[in-house]
Amino acid sequence: MFSELFLKLWNTGIIQKGIWETVYMTVLSSVIAYLIGLPLGVILTVADKEGIWPHPLLHRILGLIVNFFRSVPFIILMVAMLPAAKLIVGTSLGNRAMIVMLVIAAAPYVARMVESSLKEVDAGVIEAAQSMGTGNFQIIRKVLLPEAKPSLIIGAVISMVTILGYSAMAATIGGTGLGQIAISYGHQRFHPDITWFCVVLTVVIVQIIQEAGNRIARKTDKRYKA
Amino acid sequence: MPNEILSISHLTKQYDAQTVLRDISFDVREGEVIVIVGPSGCGKSTLLRCMNALEDIQSGEIRLRGEPVRRDGSNLAEIRQKIGMVFQSYELFPHLNVLDNILLAPLKVQKRPRKEAEAEALRLLSRVGLADKARSFPRQLSGGQKQRVAIVRALIMHPEVLLFDEVTAALDPEMVREVLDVLLELADQGKTMLIVTHEMQFARAVADKVIFLEDGVIKETGTPAQFFDAPKTERAKEFLRTFSFERKRTNNIAI
Repeated sequence: MFSELFLKLWNTGIIQKGIWETVYMTVLSSVIAYLIGLPLGVILTVADKEGIWPHPLLHRILGLIVNFFRSVPFIILMVAMLPAAKLIVGTSLGNRAMIVMLVIAAAPYVARMVESSLKEVDAGVIEAAQSMGTGNFQIIRKVLLPEAKPSLIIGAVISMVTILGYSAMAATIGGTGLGQIAISYGHQRFHPDITWFCVVLTVVIVQIIQEAGNRIARKTDKRYKA
Repeated sequence: MPNEILSISHLTKQYDAQTVLRDISFDVREGEVIVIVGPSGCGKSTLLRCMNALEDIQSGEIRLRGEPVRRDGSNLAEIRQKIGMVFQSYELFPHLNVLDNILLAPLKVQKRPRKEAEAEALRLLSRVGLADKARSFPRQLSGGQKQRVAIVRALIMHPEVLLFDEVTAALDPEMVREVLDVLLELADQGKTMLIVTHEMQFARAVADKVIFLEDGVIKETGTPAQFFDAPKTERAKEFLRTFSFERKRTNNIAI
């Protein structure tokens, strides 16, 4: 059923290493992207002119920066940002550089996901908090973020799946993982069984992320359960 | 002027070109219950929202014991703690249970010790008949119960004035009653209250003073007896007529 090349890759642990690399790149990039994107999304929400801390100029500038990165296709952004990777991690090669690219591409995406989750929070409960003299920082911490938690988690799942997809594309400029295995063994050496195996593995990883996310989201949602 | 808590003078509020409130002036004395009535869209809710600085005002001023109530004021947080507000659609935090809803502001804004605040929350809850609901989530409560929790949430801050913005407008008739009974009891305790409502019988029962607002202007002010039994303006008479059905069906089937 499987080709000799496949068995060789499996027995030497190359496929297993690919799985690990993909998971590791996705998770680490997601975490860093959220460290940047979450505060950014919060600022985009509160600094809006209808927000609790209206700062139109700041909102506009941040919006423009986010839109700039969001509008460049990832494959072009990656190539364009190679110098940035060199600056930040000292190399433009390998997975460390790829993580920089993934974060640069994903953080603005995450910021928009967070913003859209936070904007769903009912303006009425925010006003209720304000009417009791609650400060902006407390409103963010105690009302806005907790209230949006289920939606934030769903957003995180979508972001992670997107980052997983990006990580496979990083193979075209020297990243490793399942994407690289599929391209260099499956595609370039004509072994469709290897390609398809990578496809199946990716689907399994996505399913695991999705299912875990849904479960956590459901658990944290206090609004509808009877 | 002794024991005046809140004074509103020459307040004007505009949304873009539209003037919603025009030159509103009145004072609220300690322990006074003022009911604001008027047709939909007359600006009564906006007026209440201005008093808690939830709206910008274009001119005039609102003072709480002499201190200005302003959206850009440095004292906004302290002022708002002294002005409690209850909303038409309750606005409880869905992710917090009843007790945590009530305790959020006392703990995080007033920085009170949890033990003391929790004891008071439970005391207040049992006074409004909800002692057994402390651990329930808002979604498990009826509208009337949610509104009573919202009232407790405002009371625990020990505000000097309480603002009620059509607090029964979203409720079924029996639930209207349970909420109005709570309001009546608060009035009996001498709380200073401003109430916007469409419940005219209740207004009559609870008010020291009725303010009739139309098109953003105070058209008439008086005691409940003056306003309901002998309204001075034609508009007030017309407004009060909308609450009674004088015309009967003309083609009833004889039994």
